[in-house]
Amino acid sequence: MTILVVAEHDNRSLRPATLNAVAAASEISKAGGGDIHILVAGQDCRPAADGAAKIAGIAKVLIADDAAYGHGLAENVAPLLVSLAPHYSHLLAPATTQGKNLMPRVAALLDVMQISDISGVVSQDTFIRPIYAGNALATVQSKDPIRVITVRGTAFPPVEGEGGSAAVEAVSGPGAAGLSEFVKAELSKSERPELTSARVIISGGRGMQSGDNFHLLEAVADKLGAAVGASRAAVDAGFVPNDYQVGQTGKIVAPELYIAVGISGAIQHLAGMKDSKVIVAINKDEEAPIFQIADYGLVGDLFKILPELDAELAKRQQ
Amino acid sequence: MKALVAVKRVVDYNVKVRVKADHTGVETANVKMSMNPFDEIAVEEALRLREAGTVEEIIVVSCGIQQCQETIRTALAMGADRGVLVLTDVELQPLAVAKLLKAVIQKEGPEIVIIGKQAIDDDCNQTGQMLAALLGWPQATFASKLVIGAGSAEVTREVDGGLETVKLKMPAVVTTDLRLNEPRYASLPNIMKAKKKPIDTVTPADLGVDVAPRLITLKVEEPVKRQGGVKVGSVEELVTKLKTEARVI
Repeated sequence: MTILVVAEHDNRSLRPATLNAVAAASEISKAGGGDIHILVAGQDCRPAADGAAKIAGIAKVLIADDAAYGHGLAENVAPLLVSLAPHYSHLLAPATTQGKNLMPRVAALLDVMQISDISGVVSQDTFIRPIYAGNALATVQSKDPIRVITVRGTAFPPVEGEGGSAAVEAVSGPGAAGLSEFVKAELSKSERPELTSARVIISGGRGMQSGDNFHLLEAVADKLGAAVGASRAAVDAGFVPNDYQVGQTGKIVAPELYIAVGISGAIQHLAGMKDSKVIVAINKDEEAPIFQIADYGLVGDLFKILPELDAELAKRQQ
Repeated sequence: MKALVAVKRVVDYNVKVRVKADHTGVETANVKMSMNPFDEIAVEEALRLREAGTVEEIIVVSCGIQQCQETIRTALAMGADRGVLVLTDVELQPLAVAKLLKAVIQKEGPEIVIIGKQAIDDDCNQTGQMLAALLGWPQATFASKLVIGAGSAEVTREVDGGLETVKLKMPAVVTTDLRLNEPRYASLPNIMKAKKKPIDTVTPADLGVDVAPRLITLKVEEPVKRQGGVKVGSVEELVTKLKTEARVI
């Protein structure tokens, strides 16, 4: 009854979401499951595998180093997981775009239902997951012999990334399926933290009026060491790229501090940020639904408030 | 080539869903139902491919109860050519839907299948990937751009941190993300025309598919409600409260 976690990495290092998925695996382990193994499938991914071996509580790291796995193409990686599956009771991955792309393909090849985006572990076969954009929580029990699961990172505090010393064992799979190839990646470059792991997030909505005005948020973000996000309305309006999007159809976040600026608080946005520890809303419409869930609300013109906030933070940092 | 689009009937995205008092699910009686918004994007993309001359025929499939026919009609009114309803009262989970779609696809022979990336009711985000797996086809999930060439498709995907482009051998499954396109509204003449377009009805038994659920829903509950807090009067007061009361900065 061993649990396998699929690591999220860029071949050089692990992405933080892996630690949240391991946390979910630990809960399954405590509920009567067995050891936890991590799979690092990639190309020249030894550094990432060494990183995985340091995670506290890991019994073994499997490394599958092959050009076919370099870009994580689901057509190639899924058969590798299927070949490993007979040794495991649970296959877990973070519910990132990578995990969501891969795991249903694995589940279908194994003829089992995937359990998407779990936010709680009840027992080895029973899990809690949000449905209807988080407006309801379903407790579901799997009748399948192997459970293929994606994990909502914000629901499981990350395990320690240091302190372990697991053995790293090489494995190999069928390699390239010859169905797909990687062409290119255009990743947003930013000095700021990633949305899904940031301690503080400041997001802008339609009220920002244009993409150019996002520099007002960026100035405040730099004072707070925050990531910058956006509502779907701001993305749909073309202000910022889609990877800024916080919400049910974007990223699910739960930072210590979430500052919503010019965001009215549509259900779809709230679904992505309502588990934040402290929420601040800045909006000129005092009836905006965002104020119903905000710990601190400030009614007013964001174009006046943001520079003031920037100046106030600068003053206090002196 | 033929394109096949799968559409799901879901609670309209504007409806505030309520959990049933007996915790067996959410209230769907007397609630407005619509086509899953991501599936509308899938229909639109197929229409654009037909307008560009890449696709000759668009087949729309929906699986579920008799009322799913209305969802198919909506897609026909947008411009799709004909429909297939896989009729069943059983609660369908993504694996079962993928198996049903596979059976329909083997009969119809489309070269491209376009589906919404997830349905806004169960939020599973599985069906397209499962279907691709069962067919042994490549997949491009979360598509924001689709270009079909000779025997292959180049798809730009919305991934964490930016965009990724992959090249797939045809036939292939593509799942749609928000920025792929903006779906059109059906015009009145097209709504009238859609009434005459054919919809075939088949059952899971006709297709030889076992649709029994693999996941049992034990209960459905409301999440803990977040309480609203206080309004502050100034930026200075806000920063002070964040520092000394909430202690988050």
